[in-house]
Amino acid sequence: MTLLPFVALSVVAIAFALLLVLNRNAVHGALCLVVNFAVVAVFFLMLGAEFIAVVQVAVYAGAIMVLFLFVLMLLNIQGQEDGLEQKPRSQILIAAVLGILLLAEIGVLAPMAAGLGGAQAAAVPADFGSPKLVGLTLFQDHLLAFEIAAFILLAAMMGAVVLAKRRLA
Amino acid sequence: MSDTLFTWIASLVKAVLVFAVLMSLVPLLIWLERKVVAWMQQRIGPNRCGPFGLLQPMADAVKLIIKENIIPAGVDRVTYYLAPILSIVPALAAFAVVPFGEPVTILGRTVALQVADVNIGILYILALSSLAVYGVTLAGWSSNNKYSLLGALRSSAQMISYEIPIGLAVVSVVLMAGSLSLKDIVDLQRESGYWLVFPQLISFIIFLIASNAELNRPPFDMAEAESELVAGFHTEYTGFRFAMFFMGEYVNLVTVSALATVMFLGGWHAPFGLPEIPIVWFLVKIFAFIIFYMWIRATLPRIRYDLLMAFGWKVLIPVGFLNLAVTAVVVTLAADRAMPLLTAVNVTQAVVVGAVIKIAGRRVERRAPRLAPAPEAGG
Repeated sequence: MTLLPFVALSVVAIAFALLLVLNRNAVHGALCLVVNFAVVAVFFLMLGAEFIAVVQVAVYAGAIMVLFLFVLMLLNIQGQEDGLEQKPRSQILIAAVLGILLLAEIGVLAPMAAGLGGAQAAAVPADFGSPKLVGLTLFQDHLLAFEIAAFILLAAMMGAVVLAKRRLA
Repeated sequence: MSDTLFTWIASLVKAVLVFAVLMSLVPLLIWLERKVVAWMQQRIGPNRCGPFGLLQPMADAVKLIIKENIIPAGVDRVTYYLAPILSIVPALAAFAVVPFGEPVTILGRTVALQVADVNIGILYILALSSLAVYGVTLAGWSSNNKYSLLGALRSSAQMISYEIPIGLAVVSVVLMAGSLSLKDIVDLQRESGYWLVFPQLISFIIFLIASNAELNRPPFDMAEAESELVAGFHTEYTGFRFAMFFMGEYVNLVTVSALATVMFLGGWHAPFGLPEIPIVWFLVKIFAFIIFYMWIRATLPRIRYDLLMAFGWKVLIPVGFLNLAVTAVVVTLAADRAMPLLTAVNVTQAVVVGAVIKIAGRRVERRAPRLAPAPEAGG
């Protein structure tokens, strides 16, 4: 991966992530997150993982964020900006501590990961990230995890149906 | 000329050509749609401007461009400007992976007649079509108009729901081809001698219905139901911004027809052993689909919104899953005889499923909450 496009895209990704958090307008925030997802998809493309990139766009930018927007628009959260201002002190404190912890974690792990990446880069096969390889990995090496995830999603779906039915009755 | 330079120039030329053709197809399609619908309704249609009224869309375009751009008060400006662009860009970009002919040789180098032959072509189109929702959704929300918002909400729910049956239909086709590349799907149909419309009849029908909903075309044009929502999500748009929604819609129509052609009708190859003419057969097939969509539009009345959603979730998706399961089993167990086997299975299945839809559809209709009869006007 060439460094210059990566840095430029990273700046865009970070800028939009910040905009997402700092934006007063919830819908604008959601749109910033969509841009962020799109940039992440481009990162996957640069790594040669076309399949993951497209899935990232289709699932996150295309489906999940549309549902988010859907809810935001239905509730039309606009007049509630005052509510966001009155955050209790304790919340800010906890957020700060957790944030510093996360940064420290990255600081410790990043050098280790960099060391690992150097060793692994040679072992990456040519068709890394191709749909076939991703499918084989999912359904052979990680079948149990895959099935558990599917089961959890199914349970969530049934829960949603039950809740919706109860409201109708 | 170095190879890289040649690739760059070829890609650029192809991109510009596809863009130009798509954009010049839009006015033609608007004219065709008005004419076809008029003929079906025993009217004459546009006939004042140019021969056969052919210049009518040009006149309309000029009118739309020089019209005043009204930006209503209370509009969310950024998203209001962004929405028309977001509805046309995915439509144009999706065409990039559609192959429209056999590779040709220019200056001793082969050039694929396709802007980009990516090995995940179909997924790319699905991803872009899922992005197309944003144009409609944001237009409706940013307009600060209740009708627009209602239209936007309806269409985003509808488009998300109907993406699933489209996905299921596409996956069945991909199973047959064993590849996500559109070019490989066309090659499979040429080599096996079967157009996938027969072995994948169910997928084909699902795709036709669901894509009509995805295109927001009548009878599924809930997002802009004139009789209920004024004009739905684009109520507050004027001038060229309004025209951009229109263009997006027609470019999408071409893209979906091209996709259907590639997946089910053998792509650019000639039917019945007729002589191959580059690109011509592709256009013929695309126009056959386009005329079909127009025919549907002229024939069927708009479906009620809750029935539309019920149909998508309770009929199309289960049928899609059933078809996917059958396809998977046949392809796994009898890969070498998959084509004739699936043709037989699918034709029977189509008959059975048709009967089921007829019965289940009636049940859904009976169960759907009826609206109270409207009180007499002035009573």
